[in-house]
Amino acid sequence: MTSTEEVRADPVRPTGFGPLGWLRWAWRLLTSMRTALILLFLFAVASVPGSIYPQRSISPERVAQYFKDTPGLAGWLDRLWLFDVYTSPWFAATYLLLFISLAGCVVPRAAAHLREMRRKPPAAPRNLSRLPHHASFQAPGATVETLAAALRKKRFRTVTGPGWVAAEKGYLRETGNLLFHFALLALLVAVGAGGLYGYRGNVLLVEGNGFANTVAAYDRYIPGQKVSPESLEPFSFTLEDFQATYVATGERRGQPLDFSARLKVTDRPGARERPYDLRVNEPLDVGGTQTYLIGHGYAPTFTVLDGKGQVAFEGPVPCLAADQMTYTSECVVKVPDAEPEQLGFLVRFLPTTVPAQDGSYVSVFPGAANPTAQVFAFSGDLGLKSGQPQSVYQLDTKSLKPLVMGADAKPLSVGATLPLPGGAGSIRLTGVREWISLQIAYDPGRVPALLAAGLAVLGLVLSLTVRRRRLWVRVAQEGDAVEVGGLTRTEGGPAFTDEFSQIVTALRGPEAGESASRQGVKDAH
Amino acid sequence: MPTDVNSGLATLSDQLILATVLLYVLAMIGYALDLGFGRARAAAPARELVAAGEGLPAAPEPAEDGPPPPAWAARAAMFAIVVSFLGWAANLGAIITRGVAVGRWPWGNMYEFVVAICFAAMTAFLVMQARQPVRFLGAFVSVAAALGLGFAVRYLHVQAGPVVPALNSYWIAIHVTAAIFASGLFIVAGTSGILFLARKDGPSRLPGRDDLERLAHRAIVIAFPIWTFAVIAGALWADKAWGRYWGWDPKEVWAFITWIAYAAYLHARATAGWRGRAAMIVQLVAFGCLLFNLVGVNIFMSGLHSYAEVP
Ligand code: HEM
Repeated sequence: MTSTEEVRADPVRPTGFGPLGWLRWAWRLLTSMRTALILLFLFAVASVPGSIYPQRSISPERVAQYFKDTPGLAGWLDRLWLFDVYTSPWFAATYLLLFISLAGCVVPRAAAHLREMRRKPPAAPRNLSRLPHHASFQAPGATVETLAAALRKKRFRTVTGPGWVAAEKGYLRETGNLLFHFALLALLVAVGAGGLYGYRGNVLLVEGNGFANTVAAYDRYIPGQKVSPESLEPFSFTLEDFQATYVATGERRGQPLDFSARLKVTDRPGARERPYDLRVNEPLDVGGTQTYLIGHGYAPTFTVLDGKGQVAFEGPVPCLAADQMTYTSECVVKVPDAEPEQLGFLVRFLPTTVPAQDGSYVSVFPGAANPTAQVFAFSGDLGLKSGQPQSVYQLDTKSLKPLVMGADAKPLSVGATLPLPGGAGSIRLTGVREWISLQIAYDPGRVPALLAAGLAVLGLVLSLTVRRRRLWVRVAQEGDAVEVGGLTRTEGGPAFTDEFSQIVTALRGPEAGESASRQGVKDAH
Repeated sequence: MPTDVNSGLATLSDQLILATVLLYVLAMIGYALDLGFGRARAAAPARELVAAGEGLPAAPEPAEDGPPPPAWAARAAMFAIVVSFLGWAANLGAIITRGVAVGRWPWGNMYEFVVAICFAAMTAFLVMQARQPVRFLGAFVSVAAALGLGFAVRYLHVQAGPVVPALNSYWIAIHVTAAIFASGLFIVAGTSGILFLARKDGPSRLPGRDDLERLAHRAIVIAFPIWTFAVIAGALWADKAWGRYWGWDPKEVWAFITWIAYAAYLHARATAGWRGRAAMIVQLVAFGCLLFNLVGVNIFMSGLHSYAEVP
C-alpha cells in the first residue's frame, strides 16, 4: 500500500497466457493498491465478530454460558470459529493475504524510491509561467550558480543547465511512507513471533504459599507452538501478604483504591531473595517474564474433625467473590478423608457481616472487618473416585445427605466451631487469609513490536506532513530577468503558496527592490 | 492516593458544566444567525477560480447580488465568538475543578471523558477559526458540543470520586489525553463531512464543497497520527496493566477498526484519487466507528475497558 501519485493500473486480465501468465496476473492483482485496501477493510470487518461473541481466549466461562443458553446456535457459531475469531483460519487467511499484498506492494516501491532518490531533478520545462506557482523579477547579477546555492541553502537538491536550475525537495515523504508500511510488516512479524515463542499462564496463590515458574505449577498454561517447558525462566516467589484498600464511606463506599501484594522473589535458583511490591500497573519483571496481579479474594482457613475425632482437613479454601461491592464469596470444602463418611461443605464467606432486617446475615463491605462464614454441611460419597474431573469451586449435592442447612443461622466467626449433628464431626473457622490470581506472561515480541509501532508513527507523520516540491529557475541569458516556477505534487500539509513566496524572496536576494516584480499564483485545484 | 473528594469543588464543576451547555447553545444561536443572515457566500463554482493556494478555504466573498446583510448580523457573529470563548473557558474550568476536587486526571470515567472530548472539539474549532475563515462551522460544532455535554450530564454523570486501581497510573494522562484530542479533531472533520453531504450544489450560505472537503482532510491529517499514538499508548498501558499489549478486547477491536477506516480514507484520497462524495462517505463511516467505540462499546459490550463507569 502506497500513497503517491502513480496509481498502479488495474492488472489487465491476460488473454491466451499460459499458467505463468495467470500466476503473474494473480500476483499483480494481489499486490495492487486496490486489493490491499480491500484486504485492509476485510481485516477490520473480520475482527468485528470477536467483539460481539464471547471469545474462548478471553472469557471461556461466557462461551460455556452461551453453549448452555443456545446449544444449537452455539454449535453452528463454533463451527465457524466465531468463539475463536482471532485464531481462526479465515482470520489468519485475511491477514496472511494482507501481509503478502503489503510486501508485494512495498518492496518494489522501495526499489523504485531508491532509484528515484539517485535521479537528478528533471530539466526545466519550456514555459515556466504555465506552472501552478510562478514568479518573475529582476535580480541584477544573479547567475545560475548563485541561484542554485540559494536553493541548496533551503535544502533543495539542485541540477543546473545553461541558464536554468532545477530543484527538488521532499523525498522524505515517500521515505516516510515506505517506513510506515515496512514498520507495519515488522509489527505483524513481531506479533506472530511473540505468539510462537511466548507463553502465558495463570496461578492462584494464597498468602504464605509459593510459586516456582514450571509448567506443573500453573493452573492454566498456554504455550506458543515453539516453547519448550525447559525454557521457562526459573524464578520463584512466595506471597507474604496481600493488602486491598477500599473507599470506606460515602457513595463510592466499597470501591477498591489500591491492591498490593508483598512478594519475596528469587530470580534464579540460589539467588538472594528480594522483596517486591506487586501492584496493578506494576508487574514483576524477571528476565523479560512478567508477572501481573489480576485478581484477589478471600481464603478462609478451616479445620474439620470427622466422626472419629480426627483432623480430616486443615487449611485455606479459596472463595470466589459472588458480588464485587461486598465481596460476599462462595467456596466449597471437600473432605474425602473424613470417616466414617465423607464430608462436603458449601461456604458463604461474608467479609464484613451485619444482621439484616429479615434475620439473615449479609456483608456490607469488601474489606474483612467482621469476617464470618455460613456453612452448609453434607455427608455422603463426594464422587471423587468416579474419575470425572470436578471443579474445586462446586459441590454436587444431589446425592449427598444434608446435615446443616439454614441460611439464617448465625454464621461462624473466626475461632468458632460448628458441631455437626449425629456425631459426624465438626468444622471450625480458624482464620482468614487472602489469595491473589496472577498472570505470568513471556512475549519476546513485545519490544520489537513497540519499536515497529514507533517507527510506523514516525513514518506516518513524515508521509502526512512532508510534501514533494519541484522548482525551476531560469535566468535570461543577457539581462537580469529571473523566472521561477514551482510545482507540488501532493496535497495536505500547509499551503505551498507561502513557502513559494518565501523562496522567491530568498532568490531575489536582500538587495532586491520591489521594482519590476510580478508574482502570480494560480491554483491547480 | 487521594481518597477524599473536595465536594465544594466537585459541585462547582457540575455547575460550570451547566453554564457551559448554556453558553454553547447561545453561541450556536449567534453562529446560526450569522450564517443565515450575515454575508452570504457566492455560489461554489464561482469561488473555485478565486480560491488562492491550497488547503485554505478562501475568505468569504460577498454575494454579488441580494440586499446587504443587516447590521445586527455582524454583531451576532461577534457575540457568537465571545460567547463560545466564554463557554470554552467554563468547560475548561469544569474539567480543572473536577480534577482538583478528586486529585487525579479528570478523565477516568465516561462522563469525564465525554466532557473532555467536547472541550477538545471546541478547542479545535476555536483554534481553526482564529487562523482560517471557518466560522460557518461554529453553529454545528457548538451544537455538537452542547448535545454531547447534555448527554453526558443526563445519562453519564457520576459523582466525583477516586478511580479503581487499574486507572491509577500516569498512563491515563498519555493514553486518554491523546484519545480525547484525536476525537475532538475527528468531530470537527465529521461535522464538515455531514455538511458536505447536506450541501446542495449551487449557491448556498455554506462554503463550497471543496472547502469543506479540505477542512475535513486537514483535521484528519492532524488527528490520525494522534489517534495512532493513542492506540499505541493504550497497548503500552495494557502491557503494564493487563499482561498483554494486544488482546482483542472490544475497545481494542473498535479502536483498530476506527484506525483502519481513517487509514482507508487517507488512502482513498491519496492513492485511489477519490474525491468528493466517495471519500466523504468513507470518512463518515470511520466517524461512525469512532462514535460506536465511544458509546456502543462502553454501554453494550463488556470488556476490560468496562470500568468506564456508565451509570
Ligand atoms: C491495546 C490497548 C488499548 C487500546 C487499543 C485502547 C483504546 C482506547 C480508545 C480507542 C479509547 C478512546 C475512547 C473511546 O472512543 O471510547 C480509550 C479510552 C480509554 N482507555 Fe483505553 N485502550 C487500551 C488500553 C487501555 C488500558 C490498559 C487502560 C487502563 C487500564 C485504558 C483506559 C482507558 C480509559 C480510562 C479511557 C477513557 C474513556 C473510557 O473510559 O471509555 N485503556 N482506549
